[in-house]
Amino acid sequence: MAKYLLLKHYRGAPAAVNDVPMDQWTPEEVTAHVRYMEDFAARLEGTGEFVDGQALSPQGTWVRYDGEGRPPVTDGPFAETKDLIAGWMVIDVDSHQRALELAGELSAAPGAGGRPIHEWLEVRPFLGAAPTVTE
Amino acid sequence: MDEALLRAVVPGVIGVLRRRGADFAAAEDAVQDALVEAVRTWPDDPPRDPKGWLVAVAWRRFLDAVRADTSRQRREVVVHDEPAPGPGTEVDDTLQLYFLCAHPSLTPASAVALTLRAVGGLTTRQIAQAYLVPEATMAQRISRAKRTVSGVRLDRPGDVGTVLRVLYLVFNEGYSGDVDLAAEAIRLTRRLAAAIDHEEVAGLLALMLLHSARRPARTRPDGSLVPLAEQDRGLWDTRLAAEGVDVLQAALARDRLGEYQAQAAIAALHADARTAAETDWVQIVEWYDELVRLTGSPVARLNRAVAVGEADGPRAGLAALSELDPALPRHAAVAAYLHERDGDLGTAARLYAEAARSAPNLAERDHLTRQAARLNTLLRG
Repeated sequence: MAKYLLLKHYRGAPAAVNDVPMDQWTPEEVTAHVRYMEDFAARLEGTGEFVDGQALSPQGTWVRYDGEGRPPVTDGPFAETKDLIAGWMVIDVDSHQRALELAGELSAAPGAGGRPIHEWLEVRPFLGAAPTVTE
Repeated sequence: MDEALLRAVVPGVIGVLRRRGADFAAAEDAVQDALVEAVRTWPDDPPRDPKGWLVAVAWRRFLDAVRADTSRQRREVVVHDEPAPGPGTEVDDTLQLYFLCAHPSLTPASAVALTLRAVGGLTTRQIAQAYLVPEATMAQRISRAKRTVSGVRLDRPGDVGTVLRVLYLVFNEGYSGDVDLAAEAIRLTRRLAAAIDHEEVAGLLALMLLHSARRPARTRPDGSLVPLAEQDRGLWDTRLAAEGVDVLQAALARDRLGEYQAQAAIAALHADARTAAETDWVQIVEWYDELVRLTGSPVARLNRAVAVGEADGPRAGLAALSELDPALPRHAAVAAYLHERDGDLGTAARLYAEAARSAPNLAERDHLTRQAARLNTLLRG
C-alpha cells in the first residue's frame, strides 16, 4: 500500500474544462456537487482506501522567523500568489495507477449544468517509511 | 452497560481517592485507568455496585502507581498516615472538580479536555475522537493541564464564570465524533446547576436546552444547514424547549441578569413563535440591547443588526450594521441577508459569495454558496 495526496487548488491549477465559479451554478447543482464529494469519500472508506480529507479557507498568512526575541514577521495574503490550495484527500492505495484512477473520478464531480467539472487535481506520492528489507 | 451512570459517578470516585490522601493528578489518573477497565469488563461482568467497584479498582491502581515509583516511598507512608481531610460530600467533590478543571491558569482547550475527563468521565480516546486529534496529543494536553493545576488548593470556591465558559465551549463546538458533546455539556451543566444555586448556571442550562430543542430541524439529512426562518418548527423538541423556558423563568425571577440568561431569553422568544412570521423581533432587539450592555460583544452587535432588520426593516438593519467593523466574522453574510431583504439582489449575491469565501466551516460555506447561487439564478431570470 502507498499513500497519495490528492490536491485541489483554488488557484494555480490549469483551467478546468467546465470552469464556472460555484456561485454562478444553480443551488441544486451546488447540492449535487457536495453530495458527490461526500459519496466519494464514503465509498473510499468502504473500500478501505480513505485516510483523510480536509478543506482549507482561502485566507492564509505568510509567516517567518525574525530573529531571537522578536515576534515572527507576517505578510499576506497575496492576491498574486500563484498556488492556492483549496483542500486535499489522502488515500492509501495499492498502486500509483489506482491513485490516478481515483483522482480521475474525483475530477468528474458535477459542476455547472450538472456536467463534470474536469478539474485538474494534483496527485503526490507520500515519502513513506524505509522498508525493512533493503536488498 | 449504562455508560451515563458510569460517567456520573466519576467525580465522586476521584473525591474518595483524594480524601484518602491521593493528590488530584494521581487520583484522576487512577480513576481513568479504572474507567478504561470498566469499559472493557463491565459488558460481560457488570458489578452490583458500580461506584464501589470503581473506588476499589482505582484505589488499587493508585497504590500500584505509588509503589512502582520508588522515589515516592516517603509519600506512600504519608498517604497511609494522613487522616482524611474532613467529611466532604459528593456535591463538594463535584463542585471542586468543576472549579479545578476550569481553573483560570488553564487554556480553554486544556480546561475543556480536563473537564470532560475528570468531571465528565470520558476516556482520553473519546475526547480525542470528538476533537479530531490523535489520542497521544489529547493525553499530553490532559497531563500538562493536570501539572498546571497541581499546586491549586481546593479549599476555596472558584469563579463560576470560568466554569460556564468551559461548558459553553463544549456545547458550542460539539458536533463531531461518536460522543455527542452538546448532550455531554447539558449533562455537566445540569449537574452543576444541581450542586450550586446560581442564576447564570441556570441561564446557561436554559440556553443549551433551548438550542438543543432546535437541533432536529437545524440540518437536513444530507448535513446542509437550515436557517432559523426556514426550519420545520414541528421538528423542534417541545419538551426540551419547555424545560428551557421553565429554567430560564426561575433564573430571571431572581433579577440578576447575566449574558447567558439574556441569550436564553432570545432563544426562548424564538421557541415561542409557532411560525417565523410570529417572532417577536421588537422584544428580541431589546434583549440584544441588554446583551450588548452586558458584554459589549461585537458578535452580539452583529446579531442585533439582524434583529433590528427584522423589527424595523432592512434599511434600519443596514444602518445598525454600518456602525460595525466590516472585518467581523459573518459581517458579509449579515449584509448579504439585509440587502436581499431590501430588494438589492445583485449586491446580496456578491456579498453571499464573499461571505462564502470567508466562512469558518464547510456547512456554512456550502450554505452561503447556495444562497449566492440562488440569487444569481434569479437574476439570470
